[in-house]
Amino acid sequence: MTRKALAILLLAVFGAAMIPFQRNLDATQKAAGLRQTTLDLDLRERLGQMGFLAALSGFRSPLAAYLWIEAHNAWERTEWGRMAGLFDTVTTLQPRSLLYWDMAGWHMAWNASVAALDDKTQPSEALRIRNQRQYFKLGRDYLERGIKNNPDSYFLKERLGILLRDKLEDHGGAAGAFLQASQSADSPAYIARFAGYELAKCPGREQEAYDLLTKLYDKGPEERKPSLISTLKELEKKLDVPPQQRINSPQP
Amino acid sequence: MFTRISAIARNTFTDLVRQKVFYILLVFALCAIGSSVFMAQLRVEAQFQMIKDVCLGAMSIFTSLLAILATANFLPRDVEDRTIYTLLSKPVPRFAYLLGKLAGLIVLLFLFTVLMSLVFSTVLWLREQAALAQIRTEFSAAPAEELQQALKTVTDSTFNANLVPGILIIFIKSALLAALTLLISTFATSALFTVMIAAAIYFIGHLQATAREAWLSGVDTQWWTRILVALISLLFPDLQAFNLADDMIAGAAIPWNVFLETFALGWTYVAVYFALAAFVFSGREL
Repeated sequence: MTRKALAILLLAVFGAAMIPFQRNLDATQKAAGLRQTTLDLDLRERLGQMGFLAALSGFRSPLAAYLWIEAHNAWERTEWGRMAGLFDTVTTLQPRSLLYWDMAGWHMAWNASVAALDDKTQPSEALRIRNQRQYFKLGRDYLERGIKNNPDSYFLKERLGILLRDKLEDHGGAAGAFLQASQSADSPAYIARFAGYELAKCPGREQEAYDLLTKLYDKGPEERKPSLISTLKELEKKLDVPPQQRINSPQP
Repeated sequence: MFTRISAIARNTFTDLVRQKVFYILLVFALCAIGSSVFMAQLRVEAQFQMIKDVCLGAMSIFTSLLAILATANFLPRDVEDRTIYTLLSKPVPRFAYLLGKLAGLIVLLFLFTVLMSLVFSTVLWLREQAALAQIRTEFSAAPAEELQQALKTVTDSTFNANLVPGILIIFIKSALLAALTLLISTFATSALFTVMIAAAIYFIGHLQATAREAWLSGVDTQWWTRILVALISLLFPDLQAFNLADDMIAGAAIPWNVFLETFALGWTYVAVYFALAAFVFSGREL
C-alpha cells in the first residue's frame, strides 16, 4: 500500500516537473502552426457527443473525412443547406487542409449558386438571383477564411481570384488576389500573368497592368504566351506607347 | 543482464506474434484498399486526403488498442500460466522481467507501424499512378505547362516527407500507452480493470492540456474543481501533444525541433512510467 501511494506521489512530482516542458512544447507546436483547431461548445453541438469525443481523442482528421463524405452524399441529393453546415464543421476540424476550403468554396459558388438560379420552386427571378449571389458570397467567405488560416499558401488566393473573376466579375479584386498569390514562393508562373490580365480589365489601372505584363514579357520566351502578347498590344494602343518602346512580337 | 532482458523481449515478441496480432494488418489493409476504391468517385486530391485520413486514423486506433490490450494481459496471463514464478525463481530481477516484456511489445509496435505504413504507402502509390496516367491521357493535347501543373497537383497531394514524423509520433504515443498500461497492471487485480483504467486515461490524457491551462491560469471556480484539474494535470500524460498527424495530413510541416521535443517527451513518459512500474512491481506479492 505504501509503495503504491509513494508511486502516485512520485507520479505527481514528475507531473509537476513536466509542466514547464509541456507548456513550452505546447507553445512551440502552436507557433509552428500545429494543433490550432479550437474545439468549443459550438463544435460540440454540431458534432454530437460521440463525434466531439472522437475529435478530442485524436481522431479529428478521420472524423473530418467522414463528414466530408456525408457532404458529398448531401451534394448528390442537392441538399445545399446541409452541405454548408457540414463544410463549416469539416473546415473547423481541419483548418489547415486547403482542399476542404477550396472544395467548400467551389461547391457553394459554382454548384449551389447555379442550383439557386435554376430553382423551379422559386417563381421570382429577383429572389433567385439574390439567392445565387448569397451562394457566391458564401463561397467567397470559405476561401477568405481558408486564406486567413493558411496565409502562406498561394492556392486559396488563386482560387479566390478565379471566383472573383468568373463569378463576381470583380476584376480589381481578382487582380489583387492573383497578385497576392503570385508573391508566394511556390506559386506557378501563370498566376502573375492572370493578375496582369485582370488589371488590364480595370478602367484606370491600364498603366499598372502594362508595367506588370511588360516586366513578365522581359523575363523571356517562357512568359511570352499568346494571351500576354495580345493583352500587351491592346494596352500599348490604349496607353499610346511610342512605337520604339513597343514589344517586337507579332500579333498572335 | 542484457542477454536476459533480450531473451524475455524475444519471447514476448514471439508470443504476441503467435497470438495472431498481425491479423489486424488484414483489417488495416481492407480499410486502406476499401477507402481507396470508395473514394474513386471524389476529386483526385480529395481521394488522397481521404486515404491519408482513414489510414493514419486507423494506424492510430490499431496501435493504441494493441498497446493497451496486449500489455494489460502480460501479468495476469503469466501469473495464470505460472510462467512468472519459473522466470522470477531464476536470477532475473523483477525490473528485468518488466523491461523485457515492455521491450518486446515496443519492438512489435514498431514493426506493426512499419508494416501498416508499407500497406498505406502501397495503396497511396497505386492510386497516384492511376491518377497520373489518367491526367496524362486527359491533358495529352494541353500545353506542357498545364500538364506539368496538373501532374504536380497530384504528386503534391500524395507523398510528402512530413508524413514520416507523423507516423513516428503515432508509434511513440503507442509506446507511451504500453508503458502506462504496464504501470497500471502492476497494481491492478485483473486485465479487465487494467484495460478500463488505461482507456479512461487515454481519454482524460487528451484533456490534460486543457485542465493544466485552466489550473495554472487560476480560473475562479469551486475549490473541488481546482483540485480535480490539478490532479488531472499532475497525474495524467499530455496526449494532445502527440496528435500532430491531423495537421500533417493537411500538409503542415513539422519543424525538426518540434519533432525532437515531442519525441523526447514521449520517451521521457515511457522511461518514468516504466521506472514506477518496476518500483511498484518489486514490492508486489506474487
